[in-house]
Amino acid sequence: MSLTATARITAAPGGSLPVLESDGPLALRRTRTTGPDADARVTVVGAMSAPLGGDRLALEADVRDGARLLVDAAAATVALPGRTPAPAHYDVRLTVGEDAELRWLPEQLISAYGSELCMRTTVQLAATARLVLREEQILGRHGEEPGTLTTRLTVHRAGAPLLDQELRYGPGASVGWDGGAVLGGHRAVGQLLLVDPDMADKPAEPRLLGETAVLTPLAGPAVLVTALAADARLLRRVLDRALDDLTG
Amino acid sequence: MRRSALLVLADGRFPAGGHAHSGGAEAAVKAGRITDAAGLAAFCRGRLHTTGLTSAALAAAAALGHDPYELDRAADARTPSLALRSAARKLGRQMTRAARATWPCAELDALAAAFPRGTHQPVVLGLAARAAGLGPEDAAHCVVYETVSGPASAAVRLLSLDPFQATAVLARLAPEMDQVAERAAAAARQGIDHLPAASAPLLDIAAEQHAAWPVRLFAS
Repeated sequence: MSLTATARITAAPGGSLPVLESDGPLALRRTRTTGPDADARVTVVGAMSAPLGGDRLALEADVRDGARLLVDAAAATVALPGRTPAPAHYDVRLTVGEDAELRWLPEQLISAYGSELCMRTTVQLAATARLVLREEQILGRHGEEPGTLTTRLTVHRAGAPLLDQELRYGPGASVGWDGGAVLGGHRAVGQLLLVDPDMADKPAEPRLLGETAVLTPLAGPAVLVTALAADARLLRRVLDRALDDLTG
Repeated sequence: MRRSALLVLADGRFPAGGHAHSGGAEAAVKAGRITDAAGLAAFCRGRLHTTGLTSAALAAAAALGHDPYELDRAADARTPSLALRSAARKLGRQMTRAARATWPCAELDALAAAFPRGTHQPVVLGLAARAAGLGPEDAAHCVVYETVSGPASAAVRLLSLDPFQATAVLARLAPEMDQVAERAAAAARQGIDHLPAASAPLLDIAAEQHAAWPVRLFAS
């Protein structure tokens, strides 16, 4: 049986969470904040294995004006084949208001052999909103060929497009995804996006973060780290170091 | 059908500066990701289905008459690499100059006035196609072709690859180029909100690395 589920979070100033609705496999728990970076923290606890083929999952977070929210996860998300040949859909919709901040730091998305997942993340930022967003795609479990994975990340700031990126890998993708222009044999891909209105006055310079990772300023007050690695552990190491550099 | 105008626009000798760019091939050769004709084919195929599709759709949208300001912002959002945004604007400036001389028209004049530092090259190419009486499919085909012909001719110079082999790579990709151009034009007809955003992480990473080299044969 495929399922449809939408989980919702709304964060208000001062650390209150007027909405915290779990649904199906997307179980949300309020957890203790560990640092000064957020007033409220929500952890996505995978209550069961998902998404399976045919599932339609959605996760929405609304960070109201002046609120500061951290969202993380207890475990990686594993896309698995379902009983139906239909692809699974996973939509993440994030809204961050004026003077609000969202740190969106989920665990890896693992594309298991035989699975097909379309993941779509859309972010609407107010002009003075701040964002830290991490995405990691791992192509196949250990030693396994990947499933088919499409991820699109679309970020608007003050109504204008800031970043729009689609990545498509695996046997159902167009040929060439593993060639020297796209992945070059790497099996872990990550993005770390940081949006901060303060960067409008002091744009970042591009920076090389090793053989297969770079930090580059976007056309707006934001930087994007793009990284490739052989596996999930090495990828996280690069992104963690970049996150420390950027926010430490 | 205006085949001859299409050939003028698509000709590698069209004086728009494209020959100075390798489409990421120089960095890929240095990193050992292209060493022979098979590696070139895999590279071109990956570029075709990612940034090739995205750029072709931008060009098709411009050829249809969509707002160049909005297309410029859409192109920026789809080009996270600063080095690639700079290269696209530089090529756009050169293309604007060549197109205004070749097919003088008010739309190209207005584009040059609106973007003194240049807009993204596919947007200019789309407007040039429009000025030449060509349609969105034509513009998309031009972009798709240069997406793969640029790296192929660069690989001939960089690797001393047999030019016959490099051209054979292009010929074998022709059916896929047609498919990508058709998809790009179909998406553009649905409007700016439906433009594809297919991207290639290694092209973005390698472009920044390449821009930091002290000496290089190609500009990008």
